[in-house]
Amino acid sequence: MSARNLRKCYGGQTVVDGLNLSIRRGECFGLLGPNGAGKTTTLRLLLGLIEPDAGELQLLDHAVPEEARGARLRVGVVPQMDNLDPDFTVAENLLVYGRYFGMSDKAIEARLPELLEFANLTHKRDAKVPTLSGGMKRRLTLARALVNDPEVIFLDEPTTGLDPQARHLIWQRLRELNARGKTLLLTTHFMDEAERLCHRLAVMDNGHIISEGSPRELIERNIEPQVVEVFGEHAAAWAQSHAAQHAQRFEVSGESVFCYVQDAQPLLRELQQRPQLRYLHRPANLEDVFLKLTGREMRE
Amino acid sequence: MKMNIFALPRFSLRFVPIWRRNFMVWKKMAGSSILGHLADPVIYMLGLGYGLGGMLPEIGGMSYIAFLAAGTVCYSTMNSASFEALYSGFARMHEQRTWEAILNTPITLDDIVFSEIVWAASKSLLSGLAVLAVIWLLGLSHSPLTLWLIPLSLLVGLCFASLGLIMTAIAPGYDFFMYYFTLVITPMVLLCGVFFPVDQLPPLLQTVSAILPLTHAINLARPLLNDVIPPQFLWHIIVLLGYALLGFYVSLVLFRKRLSQ
Repeated sequence: MSARNLRKCYGGQTVVDGLNLSIRRGECFGLLGPNGAGKTTTLRLLLGLIEPDAGELQLLDHAVPEEARGARLRVGVVPQMDNLDPDFTVAENLLVYGRYFGMSDKAIEARLPELLEFANLTHKRDAKVPTLSGGMKRRLTLARALVNDPEVIFLDEPTTGLDPQARHLIWQRLRELNARGKTLLLTTHFMDEAERLCHRLAVMDNGHIISEGSPRELIERNIEPQVVEVFGEHAAAWAQSHAAQHAQRFEVSGESVFCYVQDAQPLLRELQQRPQLRYLHRPANLEDVFLKLTGREMRE
Repeated sequence: MKMNIFALPRFSLRFVPIWRRNFMVWKKMAGSSILGHLADPVIYMLGLGYGLGGMLPEIGGMSYIAFLAAGTVCYSTMNSASFEALYSGFARMHEQRTWEAILNTPITLDDIVFSEIVWAASKSLLSGLAVLAVIWLLGLSHSPLTLWLIPLSLLVGLCFASLGLIMTAIAPGYDFFMYYFTLVITPMVLLCGVFFPVDQLPPLLQTVSAILPLTHAINLARPLLNDVIPPQFLWHIIVLLGYALLGFYVSLVLFRKRLSQ
């Protein structure tokens, strides 16, 4: 799957701006970015649902959007917003969706037990969609995306709005799919999700990719390895006068100060002398990279 | 190659699984659907036909209830298709995001819009059949020509489904449809000869009536019920087909525009 120089404008606003992307068979690739960064638009472009204003797209050896139909035969999609058929049962949703791929009822019925098992919904086979919990609905949407046994699966924020138990189950299922050789392309703004699942990531903002690599590479390339978070009402005042002496870089956000350092020892010694400040020392993670690259201000 | 929103529709059989989906949903609520869309026009027809008809002379050699029955076939098929294309179509497109789910499969928007039209016309066919059954049961017509009302119901359905989808394509919400029903459908019912002959209208309104699709439908249905081959039937069929094709094309262009946002 690849995109070259992809551009898409909506009413004078450039949503995707000169994007280059290349995803290999069998990998789990994550597209990260704040709301409005252009992630969903990129997915829709790759699926051939909207047309780019410029650029070239390739999905499973098909040129998109010209041959998007052929490509979509071999792709499964888990959309951001639930669009299951509320009038149908779990099994009926899978049956009706399989027909859209031109599958015979017999072929779909043969796949049903495996799909239901995979989604932990065997006992809910004949339950109507409105009676399912959020996690069940998402699992059904995932099972529905697998009905045509796709080679590539697109997942647009697959765990948004789910509780931790439900998220962990989805993650486990996605790892299983990846282990079976499926290529996964997911968008998310949960850094722990990206860090756990993805082989490679691209951080998007304002329609471009601003950094790309494995989670570890992104951290090594973009940020100091150690983080010390300092909290409390005196933290900001302390940062103004002292933080710069011990930290390569620091950011104040409300009553918290984030200090990014190569070696945390001098800073920790300094903090130990100040009992009014609480602090937390940890290795740098993807969220630090994300906030550094895309800024701390709200996106609304 | 640039996708063009003005490109002509591409037909394929991929609309069939969507039609089957809608049929599966319909089966689950067939009871209320039949009552609402099928029984309602029949009750009106019987009430007005016998109540009002008792005070009226024959119109063009038909009893008033037979006259009204021809109008009711067209009026109820028009209503079925319009309601389906507007309210249910909008629910599938917007509220339930059914279209969005379907578009992620190898099915295209052209297939979806075509399936909406064929599905709405299928419901019209059912409405038409129900009224026709009442016509036969009450002996309002004994003509074998009334069998032609079956394909006519389908054609009227295709025509009004296509026109209705234009509204669905531009609707911001359900409230918008009130404009269409109040400003288009209701005047059409009164101008096109459902309840009284068009020649009762002032000349200007007769001219307006002549371009409305429902007039052409009724001009086919009424002679058929009266055991007469409709004069100029080819012309009326062409007008109805023309409205259907134009509505399909215009609505498709508008849907392409709307969904590419």
